[in-house]
Amino acid sequence: MRQDHLITATQLSRDDIEAVLDRAREVAADPEAYAGRHAGTMLALCFFEPSTRTRMSFDAAAQRLGIDTIDMGDVDSSSVSKGESLADTVRVIEGYADSIVLRHPSEGAATLAAEFVDVPVINAGDGAGQHPSQTLLDLHTIRENHGLDDLTVGIMGDLKYGRTVHSLATALTNFDARQHFISPESLRLPRSVRFDLHETGAQVREHDDLEAVLPELDVLYVTRIQKERFPDENEYHRVAGEYRIDADTLDAAPDDLTVMHPLPRVDEIAPDVDDTEHARYFEQAHNGIPVRMALLDTLLENAEAAEGMEVDR
Amino acid sequence: MSDHELRVSKIRDGTVIDHVEGGQALNVLAILGIDGSEGLGVSVGMNVPSDRLGRKDLVKVEGRELSQSEVDVLSLIAPEATINIIREFEVVEKNRVTRPDRVVGVLSCPNRNCITNADEPVDTRFEVVADGVRCDYCSTVLRSDIADHIDV
Ligand SMILES: [Zn+2]
Repeated sequence: MRQDHLITATQLSRDDIEAVLDRAREVAADPEAYAGRHAGTMLALCFFEPSTRTRMSFDAAAQRLGIDTIDMGDVDSSSVSKGESLADTVRVIEGYADSIVLRHPSEGAATLAAEFVDVPVINAGDGAGQHPSQTLLDLHTIRENHGLDDLTVGIMGDLKYGRTVHSLATALTNFDARQHFISPESLRLPRSVRFDLHETGAQVREHDDLEAVLPELDVLYVTRIQKERFPDENEYHRVAGEYRIDADTLDAAPDDLTVMHPLPRVDEIAPDVDDTEHARYFEQAHNGIPVRMALLDTLLENAEAAEGMEVDR
Repeated sequence: MSDHELRVSKIRDGTVIDHVEGGQALNVLAILGIDGSEGLGVSVGMNVPSDRLGRKDLVKVEGRELSQSEVDVLSLIAPEATINIIREFEVVEKNRVTRPDRVVGVLSCPNRNCITNADEPVDTRFEVVADGVRCDYCSTVLRSDIADHIDV
C-alpha cells in the first residue's frame, strides 16, 4: 500500500490487502516484535458518531505499537455542535497528532478530511458509506479460516445502509469471490456499490432468503437490520424476523461454514449459534487488534517515507 | 427563407447551441441558468429535423458566451452538441463539446447526507462515468437526473 490514507475499500488492490494481512499475521504471531515501534507518535481518535468498540479497538492497537492516543470525546461537548466545519476541525487536530482516525455521520467525510491534512487519515465509518478497516479485519478472518481464493460468500441483512457490507463487497472483487446478497427488497445494495461491482465484472446474485443459497456458502456475513429503517414497527418485526439465524438454520449449512458479524448483534444471530463450530464473530472482533496494528504500522511507515522524499527533493 | 430560418431567427451576438438531443433544450437553459428573468433574447427550437440526430433541439442566446464549466456540464446531457459563437451575425467559432473527466463546482450532490451538502469549504466534484456522473465524496451515481442538480 503506497498511499498514506485509508478512505474506501475501492482504493485497495489485492496486493495492498495481502500486504496488510501478511503483516497482521506477523503481528499476531509475535506482538512483542511490534511493541513500541511507533513510540513518541500520537493518534487522534475523532468520533463524530457514538462508537465504543471501533474506538477501543483503534486505541488498543495504537497503544500496542507505542502510539499515544488523544480522543476528541463525545460529540455533544465538542465544537461540532458549535458549527465548526469538519475541514477546520481536522486542520486543527493535524497539529496535535501524527495520524487521524475519523468516524462521521456524513458520507464522504473521510475523503474530505484527507484533502485538508497531510497526516494519514483512516476512515472508521462515514455515514452509510464505507468502513474499510473493518473490511481488512473481516478479510483477515476469512483468510485464516478459508483462504481468499475460490470463495462463495453470502452477505445478509441491511445491505443498503450497512457500510461494512459496502466495503467488504468491493474488496472481495479483488479475489473473484462469488457473492450472494440476501436481504429484503427495500434494503438491497445501493446504486453506488452496484456500480463498483459491475465495473469489476463481479459475480453477484441477489436473494430474498437464505435457504436456497446456504448449502453453497463458505462464509455467511450477517448484519443487523435496524428498526429505524422501517416506517412501521410491525413491518420491521415481520421483515427482520426473516433474516435471523439460529443453530437450526445452520443444519443445512456446510460443515466448514464460517459465520461472521461486525458486531454488535442484537438478535439476528441467536446465542445458540455461539456454541457451534460456525461462529467466528468473536474471533473476528479480536482480529481488529493485529489488523489495525498492521494498518497503522503500514500507513505511518508510508507517511514517513513520503516525508523523507520531500526532504530529498 | 427556409423552414429552418423561420423557426429560429438569426442573432447578432451570442451563442447558438446546435445538435442538442431532442427534448433537452429546456435542460440546456437550466444548465445556463436562463429562465427569462435576465432579459437575454432566447430562442428555442425543438424537434427540428436533423440528419445526424433524427430530431434535434436548438438554443440561441443573445448577448451571452458560455464558460468552460457550462460547456462541461452541457456535454453530459447533450454530448453531440456544437457551440457556435456569433459576433455581428457571423459564426466566429464553432466547437463540439467534449466530455470532461470531472465536473467541479457545478452540480450539487443529490445525496442529502453527503459531506458536500454540509457547509464545508469545498466545491462538489463529480467524475464523469459511462452513463452519468459520480460524486467523488460519497460515490452517489447520477444519471438521467443530472439537470435537476445543476447548481450554477
Ligand atoms: Zn456526494
